[in-house]
Amino acid sequence: MNLRDVQKLLDATILTGGELLDRTVETCCGSDLMSDVLAFTKRNTLLCTGLTNLQVVRTADMTDLCAIVVVRGKIPSEEVLEAAAENCLPILSTESTLFDTCGILYKAGIRGCLKKECSYGRK
Amino acid sequence: MAENKSLKLGFDVAGGDFERAGEASAKIKKMLKMIGVPADIVRRIAIGTYEAEMNVIIHAGGGNVAAEAFTDATVITVSDKGPGIPDIEKALQEGYSTAPDHVRQMGFGAGMGLPNMVKCSDEFDIKSVVGEGTTITMRFEHISEDL
Repeated sequence: MNLRDVQKLLDATILTGGELLDRTVETCCGSDLMSDVLAFTKRNTLLCTGLTNLQVVRTADMTDLCAIVVVRGKIPSEEVLEAAAENCLPILSTESTLFDTCGILYKAGIRGCLKKECSYGRK
Repeated sequence: MAENKSLKLGFDVAGGDFERAGEASAKIKKMLKMIGVPADIVRRIAIGTYEAEMNVIIHAGGGNVAAEAFTDATVITVSDKGPGIPDIEKALQEGYSTAPDHVRQMGFGAGMGLPNMVKCSDEFDIKSVVGEGTTITMRFEHISEDL
């Protein structure tokens, strides 16, 4: 599945990164807790979140996420969208809640990151 | 490590500056990517560094984030002259946090920072003296696990 499929499934608006929708979505994470995103994701994970601050973009940059879906129809500030564009990070916005967003993606075959997959290095 | 040539990068970070929080880690990440450190290793280094940088900004009123990249490994040193950690063992436990509410509202302060640094790095060291400050050193071997 790629981001274009995600956009259709969620009837989402593309806020930035429209040229990057061919990106493959390997796994998905639904969280407002950036601490958990840092600890329990792997590369090319799609993040669904209700948080819209700059730290979401920074966290996505550090963890090599493939894109962010902002739920409940929220729109991040221009500053956040600019930071995302600079980091080649697509942001989509959907009217669905976090629960529904995750449910729709799960039904379409996307799964969460397994804990063993996001364990780090040699530990 | 003296036999190895290295590339150094260091940044002062200001306490409480959440607008710029993560900039030092982002620059270090870019540098490591540029010099060809494997992507999965860069990711682990970025996560560990970012967690440490956030801690300095949240708890210590500022400090320094430095990276030294050798051919075979990268060493990250994050130091501050903050309040220090009275009980390091407790601070290393998952879920233990002293972060204030405004930090939690930003999605941090879940008590995962230090445990995550331990997990991400190949070697982790923390030295902290109450009233003097904290220094964290993390070493990451450049051995990729990507096939």
